[in-house]
Amino acid sequence: MTVVARMPRVAVAVFPGTWSERDFVHVVESVLGWEARLVWHTEADLGTPDAVVLPGGFAHGDHLRTGAIARFSPIMRSVEAFAAAGGPVIGSCNGFQVLTEAGMLPGALLRNDHLEFRCDWQSLRVEHPAATPAWLGDLADGDVISLPISHGEGRYIADTETLDALERDGRVVLRYTDADGRVSPDSNPNGSDRGIAGIVNERGNVLGLMPHPERASESEVGGTDGLRLFRSLDRWLREQPAAPERRLSSG
Amino acid sequence: MRWLAEVHVALRSGIADPEGQTIGSALRALGYSTVSEVRSGKLMRIAFEADDPDAAEAAVGEMCRRLLASPVMETASWELRADEQQDAEAANP
Repeated sequence: MTVVARMPRVAVAVFPGTWSERDFVHVVESVLGWEARLVWHTEADLGTPDAVVLPGGFAHGDHLRTGAIARFSPIMRSVEAFAAAGGPVIGSCNGFQVLTEAGMLPGALLRNDHLEFRCDWQSLRVEHPAATPAWLGDLADGDVISLPISHGEGRYIADTETLDALERDGRVVLRYTDADGRVSPDSNPNGSDRGIAGIVNERGNVLGLMPHPERASESEVGGTDGLRLFRSLDRWLREQPAAPERRLSSG
Repeated sequence: MRWLAEVHVALRSGIADPEGQTIGSALRALGYSTVSEVRSGKLMRIAFEADDPDAAEAAVGEMCRRLLASPVMETASWELRADEQQDAEAANP
């Protein structure tokens, strides 16, 4: 049997007002040596990606509510279908907001409690990484990582029942903490309920997080913890038995 | 016929509204010491066509459900009236 080796393919969605797509493409192509494809939001065809990225920015100007208009873009039907088939999807910052508006993740993201835009490095505690092996499989429960945040509307909220269910099912996978991994009001940059920074869907293949892993994937920019998410994806893709021709590792 | 809807969207009670709190602080700082709470929200005026009041009401409700208000964090209420001036102009151009 001839196995055709190829690098992982990542589709990066672009809405009018998206601003982090080039950073994701840079990491995927130049840091990892994989293939990236920008997909304009009016396109319904994602191609045949191994993973889909919904990047940060201000899709449709964030008018009405963040992500509220983006969710109706044709590309979202394809993203939903990709996720429903088990494909790994990551929504960072505005992408997280789009995922909640689309109903692919529970809860919502509101104006930061202090009303300021916050752009800073932020410590995060990894919890239940096994809940999302495609995105956090290379990290350990309790790991404290540092990623940039850059948002004005990142206050995660959900009703108590939903929050309790997320905690019970181990779907809160990233939490704002101090450098020692402790949750406190001072370590919460936006007033999110229970310090929640990232959650996954029930199946574990859709991750939404406010921080920016693509901005922390080279030591030159101050940190490489974001690269650990892509390394997780790399390993996860290699472990998939379904299609050996799909890809080989970048090593 | 033409209708005008004024849709008010507000955060659900119990969800912190830092914008409203800040406005309340500003009002108190201006001397309105009896102001105990401000909740902020959005107002949208929507002009649209519908055959009758029931259809107009149903249309506004659907707009709110599908787009205007987040089912997770917001509630919507609205006032609806026929745009008689517009209808008269259409009848007697």
